Amino acid sequence: MTDVRYLAPRTLEEAVSAFAAAQGAARILAGGTDLLVQMRNGILKPGVIVDIKKIAEMTEIADLPDGGFRIGAAVSGAAMAEHPRFGKAWPGVLEAVNLIGSKQVQGRCSPGGNLCHGSPAADSVPAMVAAGAVVTLQGPQGRREIPVEQVPAGPGRTTLAPGEILVSFTLTARPAGAGDAYLRMIPRTEMDIAVVGCGVNLTMQGGIVTAARVALGAVAPTVRLVEDAGKALLGTRLEDAALEAAAAACRAACKPIDDKRGTIAYRTRVAGVLLKRTAAVAAQRAQGN
Amino acid sequence: MNVITDKLQVEDNKWIGTRTVRPDGADKVTGRAAYAADNTMPGMIWGKVLRSPHAHARILSIDTSKAEALPGVKAVVTAKDIVEFPLDKSVMLGIQDMRWMCRNVMAREKALFHGHPVAAVAAINEEVAAAACALIEVQYEPLPHVIEIEDAIRPDAPILHDFLKFQDKPSNISATMTAKLGDVEAGFAQADVVIERTFRTRPVHQGYIEPQACTVSYAADGRATIWSSSQGQFMVRAMTSLLTGVPQSHIKAIPAEIGGGFGAKTIIYLEPLALILSKKSGRPVKMVMSRDEVMRATGPTSGSFSTVKIGAKKDGTIVAAQGTFYIQAGCLPGGPLRGPVGCAFAPYDIPHVLSVGYEVVSNRSKVAAYRAPGAPLGAYAAECVLDEIAEKLGMDRLEIRLKNSAKPGTKAAYGATFGKVTFEETIEAVQNHEHTKAPLDRNPRPGVKRGRGVASGFWYNAGGESSAQLNISEDGNVLVTTGHPDVGGSRASIANVTAELLGIDHGRVSVQIGDTASIGFSNLTGGSRVTFASAMVVTQSAEKVIGQLKERAAKIWKIDPEAVTWENGEARPAGPNAGQFPPLSLKELAAKANEMGGPIGAGVQLNTTGADPGFATHVVDVEVDVDLGIVRVLRYTAAQDVGRALHPSYVEGQIQGGVVQGIGWALSEEYLYDKQGRLDNAGFLDYRMPVCSDVPMIEPLMLEIPNPKHPQGVRGVGEAPIVPPLAAIANAVYDALGTRFYSLPMSPPKILEGLDAAG
Repeated sequence: MTDVRYLAPRTLEEAVSAFAAAQGAARILAGGTDLLVQMRNGILKPGVIVDIKKIAEMTEIADLPDGGFRIGAAVSGAAMAEHPRFGKAWPGVLEAVNLIGSKQVQGRCSPGGNLCHGSPAADSVPAMVAAGAVVTLQGPQGRREIPVEQVPAGPGRTTLAPGEILVSFTLTARPAGAGDAYLRMIPRTEMDIAVVGCGVNLTMQGGIVTAARVALGAVAPTVRLVEDAGKALLGTRLEDAALEAAAAACRAACKPIDDKRGTIAYRTRVAGVLLKRTAAVAAQRAQGN
Repeated sequence: MNVITDKLQVEDNKWIGTRTVRPDGADKVTGRAAYAADNTMPGMIWGKVLRSPHAHARILSIDTSKAEALPGVKAVVTAKDIVEFPLDKSVMLGIQDMRWMCRNVMAREKALFHGHPVAAVAAINEEVAAAACALIEVQYEPLPHVIEIEDAIRPDAPILHDFLKFQDKPSNISATMTAKLGDVEAGFAQADVVIERTFRTRPVHQGYIEPQACTVSYAADGRATIWSSSQGQFMVRAMTSLLTGVPQSHIKAIPAEIGGGFGAKTIIYLEPLALILSKKSGRPVKMVMSRDEVMRATGPTSGSFSTVKIGAKKDGTIVAAQGTFYIQAGCLPGGPLRGPVGCAFAPYDIPHVLSVGYEVVSNRSKVAAYRAPGAPLGAYAAECVLDEIAEKLGMDRLEIRLKNSAKPGTKAAYGATFGKVTFEETIEAVQNHEHTKAPLDRNPRPGVKRGRGVASGFWYNAGGESSAQLNISEDGNVLVTTGHPDVGGSRASIANVTAELLGIDHGRVSVQIGDTASIGFSNLTGGSRVTFASAMVVTQSAEKVIGQLKERAAKIWKIDPEAVTWENGEARPAGPNAGQFPPLSLKELAAKANEMGGPIGAGVQLNTTGADPGFATHVVDVEVDVDLGIVRVLRYTAAQDVGRALHPSYVEGQIQGGVVQGIGWALSEEYLYDKQGRLDNAGFLDYRMPVCSDVPMIEPLMLEIPNPKHPQGVRGVGEAPIVPPLAAIANAVYDALGTRFYSLPMSPPKILEGLDAAG
């Protein structure tokens, strides 16, 4: 009764044209760890599925000439973990991506899918935002680049234009003294969804923070870049007062809901706790580099 | 660790007490095991259930015409197709009242919870069946609903059932139970210290991996075959017969391999619907619940609201104990009152006890049995108050339990006078264990606190009806058939017993679970009864077979059967004839069976008795992250009298499994409802059962104190281990934080709120 057309184009151009032609009836398939679950639960009934895993650009991790990385949107969490250099440069991004699902899910799930699924609780997104990742999009109107934090629009929604496909994430080369980290609060030890997630990316020179970005997940309709928290850390040695100021900024940035996964009061409070813990891990990594 | 107290018979055992390869293991690890949903048949069609979108609503009309007209739809059923049991007359099957069962499998006058079946459809595939369900037009008159106990017992609460009266008024209190000993008022008057506390727990699901599933084929001759996953094929046959009107003799229920039950599969949901759909359509009908349906409409066990008061003298002697236990029944009567009422104080010798239970209906799915049904609720309250008494008296928490422990001759409030009591041994095992003596680093890191707690528990255990048949094959091997599904290793245990008794290699014994047409009546798998009861009937069957074998040998040797012994798998001449003839092995006797009188085999059917109660004492270390409110279990040791561990790996597994379910109950599992009375977490993602990494290796201390009333000394083990963990963990959290929590689960937000309130 419900026919689904499955396409597996070899080029991005074909993918974009098929995706755009379906006019909203199509869904992009990367790992499928969200899409297939939604289809099985009857939440989604796409008429067309465009599998992007046959497109080289979307499944590779490219080393950029400046020392940065470009990660295809459909690269699996396991492939990112196996890359010889990526995790050394961006341990926080990697640990966040590797928290998606379970060991089995890691073989399939991708940072692109995690971002485009639009969950405020997506683990990889706060880490990508803290890292200052830039995403490349391609649609019927051509190619463009935007900061990753501009992608989420609300639960289950993105700012991508009709027919537009997320192609890759670009992460810059790391200066000396840089380190990032991601921590989340879940009631269990694994197989759970973040009640709060926190990504912190620091650059430190002589024990002083020279650059800081902080992002929070699961505390608002979208993952949030908390600029005030970054500012509170900038120029400090991460003294208690600086961490408390950043924690306060995180709490102030929270606009959570009460739901089965956590209360407003709990999420707000935990955002501050996680900021301190995540910053400590990021600082340790920054100073170890 | 094995603690064997009785060396008798044990050292000589070759198979009993060993970790033989489990008979179902290869099939399960290779994916060959046939669970209920694996069954398929030629011409088979699919059944689906339409469920109520309201938590409480009168059903004004059901129009199935559009669904029936949809191409591909073969049959539709509604409540009018199910046998109705009138409200004024109880018809019991075991502990189930068919008045409630017929209204649970299909809503009749009213839909009583969100997810209550209203109709069912069978169609050529699942998609068409689902589409047909959507075409059924049901007119509802929504009614105010009530979910929580405290709301349901308020005078102005919406009443679920007009026919239920409590103190002559319409009420949601559907039953009461009292256990009484002495005079509690007089007892409390003698006490130097009295502590009374109120506790709350949430409903928790049994959490079996395999959803309910069945295939039913109703043939043209009026006979039906049921393949389903249950804890009792005879229960499936009897309940389906009662609900459909098809005689039991016309139903064959074939038990599938079961993927967990924990008590919840002691009742049925789908089988009568599938049978009627099959009867109407003339096709075999398969039905498989989704996880959402399992969570929403099967089980769980009761949430509770309890008050416990204990009085003790300065020296720690408990003089009086009182408990008031409100427990949820779900949408229809029938909850596990005897769990909290009978078990809460049963481990102790207390002269004055008053234990009163109230069962409360509300707009939730009807509760189903769950491992020691209701007992953890009572033990949670009683063992936490006992912890406070010990603290107030400055007594060691194990010492107060030892001082008051039940002894032979102690009368329990629920009525029994204990014979052999093995509670003290469990306390002493914990006292003497390295875990209890190990120092505890209370503040290992900033923001982290650790604590240690103990608690004990009691479960009745059960015997009941079991049948076995033991046949010797022509090649001299052994096939044993029993009549209850194997959820806890009964096949492995029975193989060990059979090999031991016949003196043959374990590999020559096969054990199978018979269907209702191939083995005598056997009560369902529950009450920790199956290994106890089936070992008994298998033992007697084996003794009969050995008798036959000796007779055959005697005939061959032309000597008196009394002068033959059976040793090491062979008949040997004994007494004056000793050594006169070479022994005859089982293989040799089997080969000569037909010429010497026919096939060799015997069966025994019994209503078994002598299943004495089980006692357990647990100690646990927890660690609390005081900034996030997360409690983690670091170390857990569980001592239990297991009688005789026929297959130790399975006994350990039962203890570990019970503890893990208790950990989930204490820390993370709960049913959450939204304002419309809909379950909000109907899946394993948000219904948080512990995963492997949430629990430490749980160390079982198996105390092998043979049950004198059983041929191998077996005592039921499956249920007692879920009784102590709730209180043990609550007491450990208190030990870590200095703040008591009186409500489960002790989830992170609740821990932070509690710490804030304590300042």
